[in-house]
Amino acid sequence: MADGVTDGVTGVGAGGVTGGFIELDRVEKVFDVRKKTGFLRRERHQVRAVDSISFSVARGEMVGYIGPNGAGKSTTIKMLTGILTPSGGRLRVAGIDPSRERTRLAHRIGVVFGQRTTLWWDLPLIDSYKLMHRMYRIPDGRYRENLDRLVELLDLGALLDVPVRQLSLGQRMRGDIAAALLHDPEVLYLDEPTIGLDVVSKANVREFLREVNTERGTTVLLTTHDLQDIEQLCSRVMVIDHGRMMYDGPLTGLHEIGDSERTLVVDLERELPPIEVESARVVKVEGPRQWLAFPASASAAPLVARIAAEYPLVDLSVREPDIEAVISRMYAEKATS
Amino acid sequence: MGETTKVGSTAGSRVTDGLRAYLLIAGMWIRAGMTYRTSFVVTVFGNLLLSGLDFVGILLMFSQVDSLGGWTLPEVAFLYGLSVTAFGITDLLLGSSEVLGTRIRDGSFDTLLVRPVPVLAQVAADQFPLRRFGRVIQGALVLGWALFAVDVDWTAPKALLVPVMLVSGAVIFGAIFVAGAAFQFLAQDAAQVQNAFTYGGTTLLQYPPTLFGKDLVRGVTFVLPLAFVNWLPASYVLGRPYPLDLPTWVTYLSPLAAGVCCALAGVLWRTGLRSYRSTGS
Amino acid sequence: MGAGRLYAAVAVGSFRRYATYRVATAAGVFTNTVFGLILVYTYLALWDERPDLGGYDQAQAVTYVWLGQALFAALALQGGGFEVELMERIRTGEIAVDLYRPADLQLWWLASDLGRMLFQLAGRGVIPFVFGALFFPMALPGDFGTWAAFLVALLLAAVVSFGIRYLAALSVFWLMDARGVMQALMVTGIFCSGMTLPLNAFPDALGDVVQALPWAAQLQVPADVLMGETAPLGAFAFQAAWAVALLAAGRLLQSAATRRVVVQGG
Repeated sequence: MADGVTDGVTGVGAGGVTGGFIELDRVEKVFDVRKKTGFLRRERHQVRAVDSISFSVARGEMVGYIGPNGAGKSTTIKMLTGILTPSGGRLRVAGIDPSRERTRLAHRIGVVFGQRTTLWWDLPLIDSYKLMHRMYRIPDGRYRENLDRLVELLDLGALLDVPVRQLSLGQRMRGDIAAALLHDPEVLYLDEPTIGLDVVSKANVREFLREVNTERGTTVLLTTHDLQDIEQLCSRVMVIDHGRMMYDGPLTGLHEIGDSERTLVVDLERELPPIEVESARVVKVEGPRQWLAFPASASAAPLVARIAAEYPLVDLSVREPDIEAVISRMYAEKATS
Repeated sequence: MGETTKVGSTAGSRVTDGLRAYLLIAGMWIRAGMTYRTSFVVTVFGNLLLSGLDFVGILLMFSQVDSLGGWTLPEVAFLYGLSVTAFGITDLLLGSSEVLGTRIRDGSFDTLLVRPVPVLAQVAADQFPLRRFGRVIQGALVLGWALFAVDVDWTAPKALLVPVMLVSGAVIFGAIFVAGAAFQFLAQDAAQVQNAFTYGGTTLLQYPPTLFGKDLVRGVTFVLPLAFVNWLPASYVLGRPYPLDLPTWVTYLSPLAAGVCCALAGVLWRTGLRSYRSTGS
Repeated sequence: MGAGRLYAAVAVGSFRRYATYRVATAAGVFTNTVFGLILVYTYLALWDERPDLGGYDQAQAVTYVWLGQALFAALALQGGGFEVELMERIRTGEIAVDLYRPADLQLWWLASDLGRMLFQLAGRGVIPFVFGALFFPMALPGDFGTWAAFLVALLLAAVVSFGIRYLAALSVFWLMDARGVMQALMVTGIFCSGMTLPLNAFPDALGDVVQALPWAAQLQVPADVLMGETAPLGAFAFQAAWAVALLAAGRLLQSAATRRVVVQGG
């Protein structure tokens, strides 16, 4: 099995927690959940949202933090920002214990909560920035310089005087990212920064994040469902599921495990028994439609040609693997290894 | 920026930080509210009318009787003016803390926790409702009239008690609002319970203490010290006997009661916030 | 027949929706009990001074207080029922979708609001009333007939309450300011329903006026029916007349609003 996969206790990428900018050492978060089981009866049980996670992120790194819904991603981010207090383990960001010195840490971090805007809905965009200026006590010169640069990079010039409620989703996301960076944070947490954005906006946001990372050396930790975010931005990926670290390493390693197959979806003229070809295998049949998995490294063309020659083909499409698929493949690999 | 010392900011600077943040955020909400100008004017007027209804109710009662529990209309108006003005100030400054429950439920409370200013200041200023200024105006008008109409030989201590009551009263109500906000960490849908103590409290204090059962009066004197908002000091100013046998110096304890309430509310708030940060709700 | 089932389903759905807000309901019960307590002591003092005020004795005044607290949420005496949602739909324009539904707008919301009322009567009204009955002397009838008449009066009160709020909600089509309308509902509701003082205790001319207004049909009339202060048939006639008038006015306003939407949206 690939060397990046861990047994869920310690991340290989963490490699001993020393000198990182963000450091987690066996961090846990346990929630008490009460479930109604009868008219008045409630059952209490504990849920380990984060189960002994350790990793270390160096200053200036750009890391993707991925996993299925409910895996513990946002719980981790909330502990890193001081919103939640860990139930166990040791956690430091820039040498600060976030939950104990939350307000002090707030000056040094920037947070963008995916679909939740922190901008002032009824007021022009610039008003929200003026509030940040004063709330974070950003020196005037620094504020003006940062604002100018962010407006230029994120193309916000025409939007500054527009009330936030009139902005499109993509414009608002850009506005939110700028708001999170005005005070020169050393680390930026992004929760689903490209969700719901069109292709052009996505590209803009990614391009900008890359620039911020290289230009200012800002450490970036982002959660996402979009594999392309990771591919284009992060050299390192951490995969979490059921509160445990499943993988911590370079993206290429993840490809080896999970991204090894693409899917060919074919529509036949009628229902037929599963297609038989050497280079692919049928994973699903639904009426006249069949799904075939084939190695990501192989070209689809010869496969399509062979199927078209032997079967009554109506339509077809090729699907790239998404994160969920990569992760589920990863499990399959783990189970068999 | 953010170059606070390792020890963290002192209690004093936390208070100034909080006040500063409060003013910044309240200012934003006022401006946001002004974008709907007609609506704003309508609601200020509506609030003035709405809070005046209580007093109309009292006037209606006095159209049928000359005294209530032995108190005349100007005397009841004195109680009313003190209660409503003190409450109005607090309702204006902290009254929207009831939206905290909604913020916890929809998750937007988290965005307040990543800001470098005290959370309590942000919660207090949230949705700052300038329209509620109507209630302060209305309460002050009634109080102004009552001050002239009551039959009192004004001495220096008696005159001094009026502003003391207003300030202590506002602080006592403020402590209840904060405690209510803290309670919402436990039960997000229970903002109504807070109303029972805040709106219920100010309504209770509009009427003479002689109307109510001894147990209730004891409860709001010794347990939840609402009586220090106006009942006790006002009874002294007006020379009316208080239902409970208390020494005169108790009259002057309103600021102390307010201080104790504040301290308790602070502890409750911190406990509530801590429970949120360890359960995530 | 099928239409009847649709509206029944709407009412049941609305009942269930409100039934899910358990904590809020418990909190509301607490608040109504506290306000009932404050009011009951004031009324006791008032009736001490004027033993026969408004034709009520002390026990009747006490009954009136707790009935008011019991019906406060159910009849949405200061607003807070379906109209909040309807106004929001009008303001955002989502109402256009509702108008093209194969169901009648007025009946739909009436069914929905009746479902809510039924829950809030049971969930929020009963406990404060029972509390009052346990700790204060009340004037409750002993015969089945009066209670049955009271229930009829309550149903009619519900329709009148709906009628008032439906008109208020539709006014947002023209005023476009829901907050102001809600405040107006609150002011008129509290004052004219007799939440501050029973309407029969209002001074002469003012008392005559408020007792003729539709708000009187909500709390004052059912209270009088319950305590045998008025003949049930006459009371029903008064309530029914207002119910019909308000519903008819609601229809008229609704068709005017529909035309407006069609013209704007067309």
